[in-house]
Amino acid sequence: MYHPILPALVLALPLAGAIINGVGAFLWREDHRVARWVGPLAVGASFVVVAINFFAMKASGTTAASVVSLWTWIAAGGLHVGVDLQFDRLSMVMMLIVTGVSTLIHVYSIGYMRGDPGFNRFFAYLNLFVFFMLVLVTAASFPLMFVGWEGVGLCSYLLIGFWYENEAYSNAGKKAFIVNRIGDFGFLVAMFIIFGIFGSLDFSQVLPAATGHLRYGDVWATLITLFLFLACMGKSAQIPLYVWLPDAMAGPTPVSALIHAATMVTAGVYLVARTSVLFALAPISQAVVATVGAGTALFAATIATQQWDIKKVLAYSTISQLGYMFLAVGVGAFTAGIFHLMTHAFFKALLFLGAGAVIHSVEHAWHEAGRHGGDPNDMRNHGDLRRWMPVTWITMWSATLAISGVFPFAGFFSKDEVIWKSGVLGYPLLWGVALVAAFLTAGYMARLMALTFHGGENRTGEEARGHLHGAPLAMAVPLVVLGVLSLVGGWIQIPEALPLPHVSALEGWLDPVFEPAHHVMAMHGGAAATAAPLGGGELTWGLISTVVALAVVVWIFLAVVRRRYRPAAESPEPTGLSLVLYRKWYVDELYDRLIVRPLMALWRGCWKIVDDGLIDGTVNGLASGARAVGWVGSQLQSGRLGAYVLLFMVGVLVILGTVAF
Amino acid sequence: MYHSHWILTLLLAIPLAGAFACLGVSGERAGRVALWTTVLEAALALPLFWTFRIGAGSFQNTVSVPWIGAWGIGYRVGIDGISLLMVLLTVVIMPLAVAGSFRYIERHRPAYYASMLVLTTGMLGVFVALDMFLFYVFWELMLVPMYFIIGIWGGERRLYSAIKFFLYTTVGSLLMLVAIAGLVYLHWRSSGTVTFAYAELLNTPISRPVQFWLFAAFALAFAIKVPMFPLHTWLPDAHTEAPTAGSVVLAGILLKMGTYGFLRFGIPLFPRAATSHAVVGLFVTLAVIGILYAAWVAAVQPDAKKLVAYTSVAHLGFVMLGVFGFTAEGLQGGILQMVNHGISTGALFLLIGMLYERRHTRNIADFGGIAKVMPVFAVCLVVVALSSIGLPGTNGFVGEFLILVGTFRTHPLATVIAATGVIFAACYMLPMVQRVILNPLDRQENRELQDLGGRERAILVPLLALILLIGVYPKPFLDRLAPAVDRVLQRVDMLPSVPTARAERALPPGVRLGREAFTANLSGVVDAPPAPAPGPERGS
Amino acid sequence: MTSTLIRVALLVSAALFAIGVTGVLLRRNAIVVFLCVELMLNAVNLSLVAFSRLLGIDGQIIVFFVMAVAAAEAAVGLAIIIAVFRHYEDVDVDRFDLLKW
Repeated sequence: MYHPILPALVLALPLAGAIINGVGAFLWREDHRVARWVGPLAVGASFVVVAINFFAMKASGTTAASVVSLWTWIAAGGLHVGVDLQFDRLSMVMMLIVTGVSTLIHVYSIGYMRGDPGFNRFFAYLNLFVFFMLVLVTAASFPLMFVGWEGVGLCSYLLIGFWYENEAYSNAGKKAFIVNRIGDFGFLVAMFIIFGIFGSLDFSQVLPAATGHLRYGDVWATLITLFLFLACMGKSAQIPLYVWLPDAMAGPTPVSALIHAATMVTAGVYLVARTSVLFALAPISQAVVATVGAGTALFAATIATQQWDIKKVLAYSTISQLGYMFLAVGVGAFTAGIFHLMTHAFFKALLFLGAGAVIHSVEHAWHEAGRHGGDPNDMRNHGDLRRWMPVTWITMWSATLAISGVFPFAGFFSKDEVIWKSGVLGYPLLWGVALVAAFLTAGYMARLMALTFHGGENRTGEEARGHLHGAPLAMAVPLVVLGVLSLVGGWIQIPEALPLPHVSALEGWLDPVFEPAHHVMAMHGGAAATAAPLGGGELTWGLISTVVALAVVVWIFLAVVRRRYRPAAESPEPTGLSLVLYRKWYVDELYDRLIVRPLMALWRGCWKIVDDGLIDGTVNGLASGARAVGWVGSQLQSGRLGAYVLLFMVGVLVILGTVAF
Repeated sequence: MYHSHWILTLLLAIPLAGAFACLGVSGERAGRVALWTTVLEAALALPLFWTFRIGAGSFQNTVSVPWIGAWGIGYRVGIDGISLLMVLLTVVIMPLAVAGSFRYIERHRPAYYASMLVLTTGMLGVFVALDMFLFYVFWELMLVPMYFIIGIWGGERRLYSAIKFFLYTTVGSLLMLVAIAGLVYLHWRSSGTVTFAYAELLNTPISRPVQFWLFAAFALAFAIKVPMFPLHTWLPDAHTEAPTAGSVVLAGILLKMGTYGFLRFGIPLFPRAATSHAVVGLFVTLAVIGILYAAWVAAVQPDAKKLVAYTSVAHLGFVMLGVFGFTAEGLQGGILQMVNHGISTGALFLLIGMLYERRHTRNIADFGGIAKVMPVFAVCLVVVALSSIGLPGTNGFVGEFLILVGTFRTHPLATVIAATGVIFAACYMLPMVQRVILNPLDRQENRELQDLGGRERAILVPLLALILLIGVYPKPFLDRLAPAVDRVLQRVDMLPSVPTARAERALPPGVRLGREAFTANLSGVVDAPPAPAPGPERGS
Repeated sequence: MTSTLIRVALLVSAALFAIGVTGVLLRRNAIVVFLCVELMLNAVNLSLVAFSRLLGIDGQIIVFFVMAVAAAEAAVGLAIIIAVFRHYEDVDVDRFDLLKW
């Protein structure tokens, strides 16, 4: 039997780091030495504890989850929720990814944020984020997971608006929070239904009992999972709630890498994987998840092809890749989804960090050259940077080939598995969509690399060029580590069909977690096909996709490199389809017209017309009415003695008359 | 002393004595007298939290002394879990409200602080009274000082607001007085004794139609006080015009009178009326409308205080939803949410008051970027705002979650609609926070703002601590509520459907709540699921 | 015998009362109005005395009270009239509507 070693320490370390740095943000604001050490060390130590736990769990060979109860959180009526942490194989994988990538990004941030007046505050937020992310993945119940779920959202909000004096950045943070709240609403409703049916919200009570309480295709299973998926749409930026993620690039680049690429946005995938048995019971929801995932993968990829902002390209790329993960978990290939989550964490974090290094360098050079204005994120202002930034250049190529799905980089194995599984598990159309999106991915990534690092001509400006510099050590080390992981990260899971040694470390590790879900699906769905929808086996399609991907990379690369670009300020506006894609299919504008403005009008109407007009009007009207009646009565009071006596007499006579008769 | 019975009487007497003392001293010293009185009050009352016997179903620390013997009127006081929390909330808020007035109140200080102290007695009295007559006396007693606090020390339209507040409340309470008289009369008719004792009036047999009339009178008084949509418009005006401390007390404590009244009197005295379909439907509907409507209106308010006032309507809507959902979770959540709302909205009003003292404006658009010059203030505002929108980890979440998760079982559709309130909560609170503390620091007046001083930090620290404490460890509070909530449920015959399954985790899942029982509630909301066919997965 | 006396006394009393009322209603001089009020009081006194023949001494005792009150009233009333006269130089009751406030 496996016992988690110092489980609370995993969470306590980042929390302690957050508190220390948070205090530091007030007490020693100018002194960044403490944060420089405490920030990365807290997370690094947490990673070490996780790793020890991982090896202990591996050695014990247990498949059961260990639950550590810390204290009772909410207990009322029939509801009992504890602060319970759950260590099982799935949460272990997630913890490794989260703490590992976080550690690297913390180290990178030391270099990236150097000299920023909010340095301590930044590390406080970043540590706090890691804490909440760990709560999310280790929670043993839905409500506790929701704590992490909203907690990471809060940190995301704080970090997007980190440079809060910029109104656009603050707006982006607010947008992210509100859109995420729409998803959180789904999470809440799902919890209500689960509690209504199961009488508990603990994973250990709900998930094993799912097949007992819910029939296959049950309307309640469908409702639960659809509401859960609504939560995923918000957090993991799927259609139609993806709009916050591109704006979230307003945050410092390490934040984009950590929160908006590697960890937080994948929480939705984790949620689906965690509740896999519920999704397996709801085929309609599965189809919805897979369709939305594939749709998002394609849709976001089209937008990415026409963006000029390097971070925007990567943002839409992230949305697109998240779509792949949902496609995987939607079709029931949960392991493939987690696999892609993991490799994506490596290569996308690397891409963002590399982009950050580029931005950092260009911004610095402009600053040194006394140039103000201009957008250091715009790829038309880059060009041929490989001469100044060789480390960044090479590592980013590693990530580019990985995300494009070129053998033998990590992305090839994970993405191919996703596409293959969607083909053989009964979604031929989505399989086709995923293939097309994969080729688009190769295209926009090649365009990004060519524009930024190649072209033989640098567009940063004459004076600035001399000040360009490579990534400093603190930033270069994480780049190299992630570059290596982007290459080898996929080798833990090599399909049998390839003429390579068969490795199924991840599948073997995660199988016990997904076993109940696979069992349900095996019982009700058909068996997996052995050939792709157009015929051909896994090897054939693996070959086809890697060759096509490589071909697209070369083709687009050459096409872009041969063209001459001018700096952003001198470039013409895009036209036609380019413009539509550049404007992101006008979705933001559409939402603004169809949702935001009508709602604001409605709310203003509620205030001015209903509250001030109708309700207060009625109340004030009543008051005026009473006053009017009083005025009429007051006219009897003339103040003349004679009139009073007359009335008095009349009154006496009336009373006497009434008594007498 | 806490096991003797006179602690509650002492708590009622001390503020009155303090009020006289305030009138006897001049100027600023009155403030100090009031502060020390309320601090003493808090110090005396806080041990009640620990001396309170958890799990005991009856009232504790009870005192019963005849007062007007011929009419069966007595001085009867006592506390159960609900009143305990309300009393503690009152004694915690009052010193902070008094300390928060030092800079704001410049005229007639002795009278102001005396009013605050009389108000304290009135509020505590309402929460501990177990005699209908005594209750009514306290109910009216707290109205008068509040009227003066708004009317004398308020803003520009203070008279309009004060009179509106007074009239609204009086209309309701006079009808309630009639209903109390009617209830006593009915009790006399059936038992031959005239008494105003709450415990005895509970046993009055009342026919169903009469229950409706009496309940309606009580409900109107309480619904105005809550306030429920559409009886809420006195609240934004009163809040906007009241001085900071007035708003804090109004939102923090006075609004709880309405929901407390429902729990203590309205529902237990007239259970058949209160649980009838029409009444429950009405209140649940109004609660849901209140939640959404108030959130919408709050989102477009230019005045920070008015915005917070509308959020109060939304929060109390949640409380009402929990109360009229009649589930153990919902009721406990509702009562906890009363406490939460007192803490977080009180803190919000204090924070806005601190800004007002510096800039003499409450217009949100007049600020911007002040996190730069007031970082401590910014942190406090963010924490309180997050508590207000119910972020998990803060107190607001625990209350809202319990309300919704409980009420979902009896009113699923209404609960789902109410749950969209969490989205709209973000829509009103975050823009306010952004426009006050974030964005560019582009105004000269704002660049010169001073961060919070020692007194102001001392006021906020207890509230922030409570926000986080209740957020991560609400159990001690919920434990004290459980028996009182069970008693309410027993009164309305709702307990059997909700087993007293506290800490019964050992029960196999599904025993407490079969899905059939659950889906029966939901019929009509969605199409009934197909008839259960014994699928092969059942056995797995 | 007794009943005849009472009947006559009541008739006189009623006549006096009616004259008083008419005077109060119609006359405008405050002094005259005041005298008419006294007339009404005395009409009541007369009927009280008349009834005391039938019902015992109580009625006459009350008459003494009424007379005492009337005297006090006369003092106060005349003082008011003088105060009003000093203010308006007039005692026409139709010209002042001070009671409105």
